[in-house]
Amino acid sequence: MTSALSPALQELADYVSAAAAEAVEDVESIHGELIVWTGPERLIELLTRLRDDQNLLFKQLMDVTAVDYPDRQKRFEVVYNLLSLKHNQRIRVKLAADEETVVPSAVGVFQSATWLEREIWDLFGIFFSDHPDLRRILTDYGFEGHPLRKDFPLTGYVEVRYDEDQKRVVYEPVKLTQEFRVFDFASPWEGMQSILPGDEKAEADAAGEGKA
Amino acid sequence: MTAQPDVQIKPLTLNFGPQHPAAHGVLRLVLEMDGEVIERVDPHIGLLHRGTEKLIEYKTYLQAIPYFDRLDYVSPMNQEHAFALAVEKLLGIEPPKRGQYIRVLFCELTRIANHLLNIATFAIDVGAMTPILWAFEEREKVMEFYERVCGARLHAAYFRPGGVHQDLPAGLVEDIGAFCARFPKHIDDLEGLLTENRIFRQRTVDIGVVSPEQAMDWGFSGPMLRGSGIAWDLRRAQPYDVYEELDFQIPVGKDGDCFARYLVRIEEMRQSLKIIEQCLDKMPDGPVMIENTKVSPPRRAEMKRSMEALIHHFKLYTEGYHVPAGETYTAVEAPKGEFAVFLVSDGSNKPYRCKIRAPGFVHLSSMDELCRGHMLADSVAILGTMDIVFGEVDR
Repeated sequence: MTSALSPALQELADYVSAAAAEAVEDVESIHGELIVWTGPERLIELLTRLRDDQNLLFKQLMDVTAVDYPDRQKRFEVVYNLLSLKHNQRIRVKLAADEETVVPSAVGVFQSATWLEREIWDLFGIFFSDHPDLRRILTDYGFEGHPLRKDFPLTGYVEVRYDEDQKRVVYEPVKLTQEFRVFDFASPWEGMQSILPGDEKAEADAAGEGKA
Repeated sequence: MTAQPDVQIKPLTLNFGPQHPAAHGVLRLVLEMDGEVIERVDPHIGLLHRGTEKLIEYKTYLQAIPYFDRLDYVSPMNQEHAFALAVEKLLGIEPPKRGQYIRVLFCELTRIANHLLNIATFAIDVGAMTPILWAFEEREKVMEFYERVCGARLHAAYFRPGGVHQDLPAGLVEDIGAFCARFPKHIDDLEGLLTENRIFRQRTVDIGVVSPEQAMDWGFSGPMLRGSGIAWDLRRAQPYDVYEELDFQIPVGKDGDCFARYLVRIEEMRQSLKIIEQCLDKMPDGPVMIENTKVSPPRRAEMKRSMEALIHHFKLYTEGYHVPAGETYTAVEAPKGEFAVFLVSDGSNKPYRCKIRAPGFVHLSSMDELCRGHMLADSVAILGTMDIVFGEVDR
């Protein structure tokens, strides 16, 4: 899905794809926001280029995140959102990864990546090489699994309570008094694509009238 | 062994929090101390992690809004604003002018409430008792405005994609106007207690200095960035809603220390007042919510007569609206910095992914480098000036 870019962003897109031609795999835009695709091998090169090139100066890495698409061959998209204060522009760098892909850490280029990459490691299980301190960050000490993956259940696997006898917090498998319910309200009417027998006649008639 | 063996001095490891009044919530710091000097800080966060992003994936767009109140519970409406703007971008709709003015009005009220709390708790962290008593009194008045407009003091759920939920009740505009007239006096009083106070200055000047380069490298935003002398404000640089039509200044700090950030916040409150007064002046009449029955609920009176309105109401509050597939990174200038929502839609009635970019999370990640070489007591000042609220850090 591609939408029109503003002239300034179009210029930026052309410049980036020319300046870092080897690192840029694809350029697209969604809702007027510029997205540059790259690969794990070329990521650091591209980020450094974006940061240091006088015409780009994306000095701030605002956010690093990931999106999980379990159906794809490479299920994760790692997303870097950069901001240029000088030129007042944003750019999004994306790369595809799977569970085995080792993504190079951006900490050497942007300090702000330290915790953001720890968070991705914690919640998605994407491994970053050369990260100075890749520990879990948001989940519990000793937590197992990566909760933001689509195959991780919303209810989780363990629950905690304070045990009066043992005088400590104990972990137990989740017990739900009622099955977790997902309500699907999506209307069957709008979703129906098949043609009812006889409908094709109406359409044929309408087309015939149009010609006449 | 003949000579004296090399004495290995192991730094003292000190645990700070998670239950500590100066930890601003549930922060656990593991400090390595050399005497009273900090050598290394290891913040342990996540004690308030509630899986907001995961929960939002299982809720319709409308049901996701209340989660944003519970992130940074000190400035709830700014965060709803980010989400509302993101959904509006994906839907391709624009709220009516009056709705936009009300949103800006309440964003700025929220900014005042947030800075009041931050300055007051910061002051009590560095030893000043009175500001907290004064500031909370004023904060309560802002909370009352909240309550009058949406029924809740804190968890507002007032900004919706397409506008705001309800129009302002009668008399609120006058009361906010009266508040604006009185409030500068309170800022002066607060400043009288702190700005020239010798103890306060000793505790804040030259503490936690951030150079402009560091601030950018660490991804700082908001007062943390402006305190280091970078005039960057999303309300000005990438204006959303009606900020373009309003006149305000962006205060910038000089030294990048705790004191500069305090001064920036004080001045921002004055600028917010200016924006509020302009909003009250310029606010046009008209609808506050987009009149598109596929997105906004029908009026109650209509539902009594019109079958179609009733169906729309039922569909909106059960199935919700379907958002066309796409993605957007939409940021607003929240009181704490750049608060952004990275929203991915797959065309269904639920967000496919909703990443929340919380300014506090990024600011806190620099804790180690900011505290290194400072005294233990300074870590509390640095923490206070970062304006950390754990609801948004842990999500």
